[in-house]
Amino acid sequence: MVWTVISAVALAGCSKQSILSTHSPQAHNIMLLWWWMLGVATIVFLGAVVMLVAAWLKRGVAGLPFLGERENLAEGLVLIFGIGIPLVVLVALFGVSDVYLVGQTSPPNPKTTAMTIDVIGHQWWWEVHYPSTGAVTANEIHIPVDTRVNVVATTADVIHSFWVPALNRKIDMIPGRQNRILLYATKTGEYRGQCSQFCGVQHAHMALEVFVQSPTAFQAWLRNMSSPAPAPITPEEQAGKTLFMSSSCASCHTIAGTPAEGTVGPNLTHVAGRTTLAAATIPNTPAEMEAWISNPQAIKPGDRMPDLGLPHSEVVEITDYLESLH
Amino acid sequence: MATVITDQGRVHVDRLARIWEERPGILGWLTTTDHKRIGLMYFFTALVMFGAGGTEALLMRTQLIGPNHHLLSPEAYDEMFTMHGITMIFLFVIPMTTGAFGNYLLPLMIGARDMAFPRMNALSYWIYLGSGLLMYIALAQGHAPNAGWFDYVPLASKQFDPGNNIDYYGYGLIFNGISSTAASINFIVTIFKMRAPGMSLNRMPLFCFAFLAVAFALLFALPSLTVAALFLELDRQLGFHFYDVAFGGDPLLWQNLFWIFGHPEVYIIILPAFGIATAIIPTFTHRRMVFFPLVALGEILVAFLGFGVWVHHMFTVGFATITTVYFAAASLIIVIPSGIQLFAWIATILTGTPDFKTPLLFIVGFIVYFMLGGLSGVTLAAIPFDQQVHDSYYVVAHFHFVIFGAAVFPILGGMYFWFPKVTGRMYNETLGKISFWVTFIGTFITFFPMHIVGILGMPRRNYTYPAHLGWTLLNFIESIGAYILATGLLAIVFNLAISLFKGPAAGNDPFEGDTLEWSTTSPPPPYNYPVIPTVSSPYPMWDKEDRERDNRRLARGEGLLELGHETPATTAQDAIWDEILKMPSHSVWPPVTALTLFGVFFMLVMAHYWIAGGFLVACGLTLIGWHYKGVRV
Repeated sequence: MVWTVISAVALAGCSKQSILSTHSPQAHNIMLLWWWMLGVATIVFLGAVVMLVAAWLKRGVAGLPFLGERENLAEGLVLIFGIGIPLVVLVALFGVSDVYLVGQTSPPNPKTTAMTIDVIGHQWWWEVHYPSTGAVTANEIHIPVDTRVNVVATTADVIHSFWVPALNRKIDMIPGRQNRILLYATKTGEYRGQCSQFCGVQHAHMALEVFVQSPTAFQAWLRNMSSPAPAPITPEEQAGKTLFMSSSCASCHTIAGTPAEGTVGPNLTHVAGRTTLAAATIPNTPAEMEAWISNPQAIKPGDRMPDLGLPHSEVVEITDYLESLH
Repeated sequence: MATVITDQGRVHVDRLARIWEERPGILGWLTTTDHKRIGLMYFFTALVMFGAGGTEALLMRTQLIGPNHHLLSPEAYDEMFTMHGITMIFLFVIPMTTGAFGNYLLPLMIGARDMAFPRMNALSYWIYLGSGLLMYIALAQGHAPNAGWFDYVPLASKQFDPGNNIDYYGYGLIFNGISSTAASINFIVTIFKMRAPGMSLNRMPLFCFAFLAVAFALLFALPSLTVAALFLELDRQLGFHFYDVAFGGDPLLWQNLFWIFGHPEVYIIILPAFGIATAIIPTFTHRRMVFFPLVALGEILVAFLGFGVWVHHMFTVGFATITTVYFAAASLIIVIPSGIQLFAWIATILTGTPDFKTPLLFIVGFIVYFMLGGLSGVTLAAIPFDQQVHDSYYVVAHFHFVIFGAAVFPILGGMYFWFPKVTGRMYNETLGKISFWVTFIGTFITFFPMHIVGILGMPRRNYTYPAHLGWTLLNFIESIGAYILATGLLAIVFNLAISLFKGPAAGNDPFEGDTLEWSTTSPPPPYNYPVIPTVSSPYPMWDKEDRERDNRRLARGEGLLELGHETPATTAQDAIWDEILKMPSHSVWPPVTALTLFGVFFMLVMAHYWIAGGFLVACGLTLIGWHYKGVRV
């Protein structure tokens, strides 16, 4: 148990996805609840272990240590530890977690939130809409700091679960249902989330990043996202765009302001502005983009994006074009 | 006081042996209706399944020993964790506890000569074997179920899983459910009607209370799973829309039906372990259980309350808060009957004079891990915390301490405890203790770090994980722990296998046990007891007078029921001698009927409905043969 506490504290800061490095009141309260529960559970656990150790130490002598061999004492032990103490602890836990805290992590009243974001789960990526702005992105969510954001979580296919541990608990995305969850970050930064309901072969590679920005930075980002894709400038970029529109890329992906209007894969209008590719599986660098376009099945076996069999020169040109879409 | 056979008694015993004799050789095993032989067949089949499920676990742990490993493809990994869950729950733990331990020991403990329905008992076994084969045929073909043992739709629908992987799951579980249902009915009737004269309900061993609770829970929980699986197959094969939102169905219907079965299932898995603990503890602490009535009540309450908590598996689906709060409260209440039992075991060990032999060590290990798994379970009834760590490795840690630590440890302890009774030979105590410590430590190293890695945000059911999230070292430790754990389990098998041939003779009652099975020979004869025992407390072996009277009656030839294949039936509450039952003997029909049913379900998986119908007709014909009294096959 001591080992748990030490290692947990030591590791808490390491992980971008830990429930212990919290940046919202909701996640913070859950973390406090956890530490309290761990503390009480440790005491209860050690109490029982002490009894078992005592049983070993006095194994040759019948009866309780010091108290002797009276059956009602043994029965009293059961009543106190099996009923009395648990009742007190459980009532306290129920009050704190299931009456008080549960209200804080329940879906927000939309009237109390400043903005709404639609997040749609797909096998195996996240579609993100900012309603009434036209901004559409994938696998990243940008939100302003100190702002209550209402996230509407739905799915396009199977059940997924939206989970960004640093900011709040998870919520399932279920066909036919519109679930909601509050994101209310109190600190700028980058937080990782991951699908936590098994959703098929690439469930392991369905992550996302949440960027909490200052309000001005967020507004600038949102303005850019709401505008059509920038036109290609260099000859390579122009060649890449032509290839993109004429190949099967355009039948699955949308680039706003171009003929590409596919809706199977992520919207690529401003793909160059993202930090990761393939649902936060690989970093968004030209080299990784080339590797992904050349052979996505090597990176996410079973993914919906097929191996297109494009020659390397064409992959490079398409990459040049996509990496110009800021 | 063990059975003593005098020369006069020998005549009666030989006569009983002739009456209860079964066929020799392999045919004897195929046609047996002896609950002990059926129990042994369950035991060895379940042990093979344990090996298969364990191998699947080791493959997964080897894959996860470091980040971005590709020993298993994503598809193979999904099949592994699905088959691991199905195997351990449906093909190992339940058949091992109810099938092997229950079948072998329960009639012995209540002083009966067999189960109430011996042929149905055989049928249960053969159906179980068939359902296991069906699902492993799928794995051998590379079409194993792959949507998790929980099999959520729409991932498990035809649209997203077009092969017949899921059909093996759906029909395999319906098929398996027939076996468990038949076994449950058999246990309930056996416990209520077959107890030895004098064993009124308040004198029934706690082991039997646990199995009674399990039988009722299975009987009421299984229909929900059967219906869920039937709807699933109607959707998949015939285009129905029970779970299809586009046509007014609802995927949450599956989740509700599945967990209405699935949570009682947890107690179905754990209660036999409680029963085994209550059989081992008094023997090795040399005292009666503390608070016997409250412990019996606790066992029954746990099974009952287990039906009211299923939504705690669904706290993240977006139900109204009031719904989740109700189920959280119900989940917390279960702590009380569990806590009563836990502290009754501890109090018994503490106030007795415990002799920490291997079986008791496993029970102490069980108590420690049941505390751990129980306490982490309490934290999961705190809704916001559950919603945070749901489907993370924290939950994997929690239920492995409950299912492996708390349900399997008593099974392992029970294997040591009853080994001398079943085989007539003693296991090796030193190797037993070593095997306990290796298993105990391996379990801790495997599963404890999963709490931490879950707190650090690692979701379940991922075939791999990235290196930069602080999960690598903990996963490495878990995988090493899994190898240590496997070593411990192999040491147990090795110990028992060697002792089977080399162990010293154990005698009837090597541990001075408290229940009736210790009064008969090791191994027990086909008729269990030459004299129908009479009982005056829950610890009949410690009532020396009663057992001496049994011996005197044997010498005088009283209470033997030696005129036919017979056993007494007693009244349900007070166990007053009611009537003498003529018991059916060995029969070829149970395996034949199971074989035709296997054909039905296999052909349904393959969607050959007409052939399946043919097998169903054949099944009906076997039932006619089964019930036809004119000829003996």
